[in-house]
Amino acid sequence: MSAPLLEVSDVVRTYAGGVFSRRKTIAVDGVSLRLEAGRPEIFTIVGESGSGKTTLARMILGMVPTSAGTIRFQGTDLATIRGRRARLAFMKQVQPIFQNPFEAFNPMKRVDRYLFVTARRMAGLSADAEIAEATDRALKSVGLSLAEISGRFPHELSGGQLQRVAIARALISKPALLVADEPVSMIDASLRASIVNLLRDLRDRLGVAIIYITHDLATAYYISDRILIMRQGSAVESGDARSVLDNPQHPYSQLLKRSVLSPDVPAVAGARLRPEPEVS
Amino acid sequence: MSEPVLAVSGLRAYYRTSAFGVEREVRAVDDIDLTIEANEIYGLAGESSSGKTTLIKTIANAIQPPLQVFAGSVVFNFHGQRVDIHAAAPRELSAIRWKHLSYIMQGSMNVLNPVRRVRHSFVDFAFRHIGQPMPAFLATVRSHLQRLHLAPDVLEAFPHQLSGGMRQRVTIALATVCRPEFIIADEPTTALDVVVQKGVLAMIHEIQRELGSSILFVTHDMSVHANLADRLGIMYAGRLVEEGRTADVFRAPRHPYTAHLIASLPRLGDSAPKQGLEGAPPNLAQPPPGCRFHPRCPRATEICRRETPPMAWLADGHRAACFHPAAEPAT
Repeated sequence: MSAPLLEVSDVVRTYAGGVFSRRKTIAVDGVSLRLEAGRPEIFTIVGESGSGKTTLARMILGMVPTSAGTIRFQGTDLATIRGRRARLAFMKQVQPIFQNPFEAFNPMKRVDRYLFVTARRMAGLSADAEIAEATDRALKSVGLSLAEISGRFPHELSGGQLQRVAIARALISKPALLVADEPVSMIDASLRASIVNLLRDLRDRLGVAIIYITHDLATAYYISDRILIMRQGSAVESGDARSVLDNPQHPYSQLLKRSVLSPDVPAVAGARLRPEPEVS
Repeated sequence: MSEPVLAVSGLRAYYRTSAFGVEREVRAVDDIDLTIEANEIYGLAGESSSGKTTLIKTIANAIQPPLQVFAGSVVFNFHGQRVDIHAAAPRELSAIRWKHLSYIMQGSMNVLNPVRRVRHSFVDFAFRHIGQPMPAFLATVRSHLQRLHLAPDVLEAFPHQLSGGMRQRVTIALATVCRPEFIIADEPTTALDVVVQKGVLAMIHEIQRELGSSILFVTHDMSVHANLADRLGIMYAGRLVEEGRTADVFRAPRHPYTAHLIASLPRLGDSAPKQGLEGAPPNLAQPPPGCRFHPRCPRATEICRRETPPMAWLADGHRAACFHPAAEPAT
């Protein structure tokens, strides 16, 4: 049996409260999850702000070390990755997509430059023709082409297009896992559906596993295979996305589900707007 | 029928800049007519750069260069007191602000003074309008907070000691303490978590029904509009493209943009494939000729590329700016 693609076991991350403070903030408190190899899926981590979902993503990306517990990617403990070469090999396989594409790109640089640099550094290509070809292939898989974005600056593209470019950049090194932290929350409503569809399409066509981090239960229901609901650093419920969201068991998951406003107009305006009692 | 609280007619507000001899004109608000009645919540929806923020800036007369109003008027009617907000003298404006016309902003941290207790923010904003001596004023504020289910202790807190939802509730209390006739709410719940958002919306709804104020509620979140707004206006690329009672707009959207926006909303319990809209919102410095939606529109024809569709009444209280509006569905 081969090693799982990603195995997160009981990870904890604490932050010190300040130079003289003894108080520690526990951002992630003993979370485990496992993605199998050879079975690409969209694994969604849902939580409100402060639930630790972004910290968990940063640990999976190797940007933040764990305070306790281990993260293994294809059998390798992330804590043992040392040196430039090993680090690069890991980064090729696990790529991030960030929330705000306007912040992810330098406004003074042409966007194709980013893709070329990624092709050179991450995919190890050196010939110009190869670089252009790899870039074009990645852009085509997100519904763009090199000819369309060649020489353009970030402000010349819409948020949706720019997020597609960001996804294409992540795909150049042919990763096995994408970690997408709120990839659609800064995108306009009319373009959001197409980005979400793209993630689903990448899973099916390229066989990339995706960790999708969001606070939006409706898109989570739409694309996820499995889901993990986090609250104040701990996982409160996890499992098959549809069954968890159709029939949540934990009181907090039930509260979250009840709080989602349905886009169907109620018979009496404001009828559904009752504050929910806090769950302790 | 009583006169509307707000009447906007033919409003055009452009950003005009001239840098190094290059003239640039961004038509952020182009030919908008709308009225808001007493005691209603008017929802305004639109994506980023659709001009909704420029529209509320123009309505509130918070106009700073390069934004200029080129045509049209914004007239308020506060219990018979008519105010043309662009013609009013500064003294008149400052008497109106907060007493008759107040705001709920997105960033509550930017409204409350971060280095002073919440009480000082209430004094700064509302004391001169309420016209009571200080102890009576503070008693009024306390009873107002209690009516909104907030503990009066928040007056002695600093803003950073309160949670985000609590701060937003305090700014709602601040915006309603003078019982204004008109409240502009600009994405007041966008930065909040879902659980807190629902509570804050419930609070806005409750206080609006109690005071009978009118609220212009701006957000891009259609689910919020569905649950809160009495009437709904949809903006696209600086123009109002559809307007009607919320239930009508959701049940039978007439403009193709609205129809797409509503059809693509993700719903819990629904994983049927949703179609994304191709293309991107236009650059308002060079808007496409004719209907601004035509490059992305599945129903576009020759006339859409040439002429701008006027806003036309299609049913009672429901209008849209489209040459090929969807037919009214059989009920």
